[in-house]
Amino acid sequence: MGNNVSGFKIIYRKEVRIMTKPQTISVTAPAEEEFPKEKYDELEQFIDGMETTKGALIEILHKAQGIFGYLPRDVQLFIARKLGIPGAEVFGVVSFYSYFTTKPRGKHTISVCMGTACYVRGADKILEKMKEKLGIESNEITEDGLFTLKDVRCIGACGLAPVVMVDDKVFGRVKVEEVDDILNQYRK
Amino acid sequence: MEKMRMNVLICSGTGCMASESEKVIKNLEAIIKARGFANEVEVVKTGCFGFCEQGPIVKIEPDNVFYVRVGPKDAKEIVDEHIVKGRRVERLLYKDPKENKPISRQEDMQFYKKQLRVALRNCGFINPEDIYEYIAAGGYEALGKALLEMTRDEVIEEIKASGLRGRGGGGFPTGLKWEITKKQESEVKFIICNADEGDPGAFMDRSILEGDPHSVIEAMAIGAYAIGADKGIIYIRAEYPLAISRLTTALKQAREAGLLGKRIFDTDFNFDIDIKYGAGAFVCGEETALINSCEGKRGEPNYKPPYPAQEGYWGHPTCVNNVETFANIPVIITKGAQWFASIGTEKSKGTKVFALAGKINNVGLVEVPMGVTLREIIYGIGGGIQGGRKFKAIQTGGPSGGVLTEKDLDAQIDYDSLLAVGSMMGSGGMIVMDETDNMVDIAKFYLEFTMDESCGRCTPCRIGTKRMYELLNKITSKKGTMADIDALKQLAYMIKDGSLCGLGQTAPNPVISTMKHFWNEYMDIIKDVDHPQGEGRYVPKNKIGMKS
Repeated sequence: MGNNVSGFKIIYRKEVRIMTKPQTISVTAPAEEEFPKEKYDELEQFIDGMETTKGALIEILHKAQGIFGYLPRDVQLFIARKLGIPGAEVFGVVSFYSYFTTKPRGKHTISVCMGTACYVRGADKILEKMKEKLGIESNEITEDGLFTLKDVRCIGACGLAPVVMVDDKVFGRVKVEEVDDILNQYRK
Repeated sequence: MEKMRMNVLICSGTGCMASESEKVIKNLEAIIKARGFANEVEVVKTGCFGFCEQGPIVKIEPDNVFYVRVGPKDAKEIVDEHIVKGRRVERLLYKDPKENKPISRQEDMQFYKKQLRVALRNCGFINPEDIYEYIAAGGYEALGKALLEMTRDEVIEEIKASGLRGRGGGGFPTGLKWEITKKQESEVKFIICNADEGDPGAFMDRSILEGDPHSVIEAMAIGAYAIGADKGIIYIRAEYPLAISRLTTALKQAREAGLLGKRIFDTDFNFDIDIKYGAGAFVCGEETALINSCEGKRGEPNYKPPYPAQEGYWGHPTCVNNVETFANIPVIITKGAQWFASIGTEKSKGTKVFALAGKINNVGLVEVPMGVTLREIIYGIGGGIQGGRKFKAIQTGGPSGGVLTEKDLDAQIDYDSLLAVGSMMGSGGMIVMDETDNMVDIAKFYLEFTMDESCGRCTPCRIGTKRMYELLNKITSKKGTMADIDALKQLAYMIKDGSLCGLGQTAPNPVISTMKHFWNEYMDIIKDVDHPQGEGRYVPKNKIGMKS
């Protein structure tokens, strides 16, 4: 039953018509986006391998985001079906936690630390500059799909404040003038 | 284990890793091997030394030489000069900014002189990925003593006598919490470690988990024995990948060594620990919200009572303690409650770890006995304000705390005196601000944070913080009037009185305390300062909702 991914979609589309308001999830991803079956299989295997799924929803969502990169509605519904709980419950958890995202990520994720230590050392100016240079707001993806911009709460390198993290690489003591250089390293 | 002539300790905490300490490690290892010293000199990856401003830090033992800001290119010089020829590399020594003299010993530095490391005793000293280093440093001795020589009540009595209070911010006596949980009649009990460190700019718990994960595991086992639990959970932020990996390694090693699992120390005591991941929600630091999140639900707080000690995880009695609280437990058991109680002030015993950040010269992790003054921390340990500018304020307790000014600098740091001067201990974040910072902006910054993080369960917090933020936005864009200031004050007290959990009850604190200390900064950007309904018109808190 779990593998019948396309089956969910049909059900889902029927449901969507009777909803009073369309959900805000996954607006940028076309509903038709297909994920390879292997990815769903991997997730299913993970869930099947668990001792108990009681209270494991967050753990499963972490795994799913690791596999798919984000949590589009199809994946959320897949998990709901698999666990036998309402889709709303899954979405309720996904939307509650800032770590979970329902939008696809760019190739590189730029995280500008907006923890207090970085803020008092001028992180807000860095973030503004980033937004200006990329032409997007926080939690958006650039048109070319290269960057996702995020403002995060403290990555814990307060000694290097203000800090910008691109994927796993940390840039410390960043100045507004250096924003261009940082972006260009990934623009090649 | 082979005996080594020399140990090269290098910090591999998140802060130093961010400044390429991993490359330094690789280079050091390669060059040491190339010079043929691989079997007499060992590179040891340790936890955080605390002096993050000067990272990455390399310390050479037994010579006791402390190098700062070591780059990947400096590895060669350290090996060739220090390790091969025995000469110190003067260039990489820490220079005292006042006397401009190089200092090689950690103990001689202003930063370390006033510190007393209890919870951080092993951070920057042992390799956190090797259980035997922890055992060699006296680890798991406390667990053995508790299990073999002490009854459950004796353990609780010891913790009660030590005067240890919860380090997550609340300051509830730990021994009492254990006692309450123990008294509950239930077959199943849980002990949970709260490692959901959400305060932006605070990294005490992360550093302990990265630098000394076994101390937390050992303490949880002691706690579990005392309250009668056989299952523990560590709830940790998913944003701490390094801490998670160190913990996972530590748990695995502890299981292999028989220190977790069935019949620990050949007694009837069974105990094991699971890790649960948070997913980025500040409110999950609140214990009932944390338990909901552990159960895989939205992390919303519940009404108390029932307290988690009565009905917690899946309805069973549950004891929730903070990472730093746990880190203190093993030493209390081995060294005794008397020793611990001899440190600190009358009502706050022991030490407290603070993450010192902001506009201060020595950003880092410091641990001081309770009762030192803020002045000692800022000007002694912290080395004063960056760029020689003037001190303006210090925020303690993160988004839940308040600002303190020059006149409060001589207040002793403990739970009660910080509350008395209008702030709170909080989990240990300390952000220093200088004369260039605008306090209304800072208040707005914190409010934006709590607004974002409000879980939405109760109305005063969900809607109130939003309205306060809007008012602050209006004020900072210079469109505010006195009426807005009044509304802001009124809202602040309403949210404080009406919210369900600690997040809402403390959310207005930054606004209230900046208004108290920096009223003139609000007035500077208000349009109609001379408005007749000025300061003080807000409705007193017991009359809200009543017709006056």
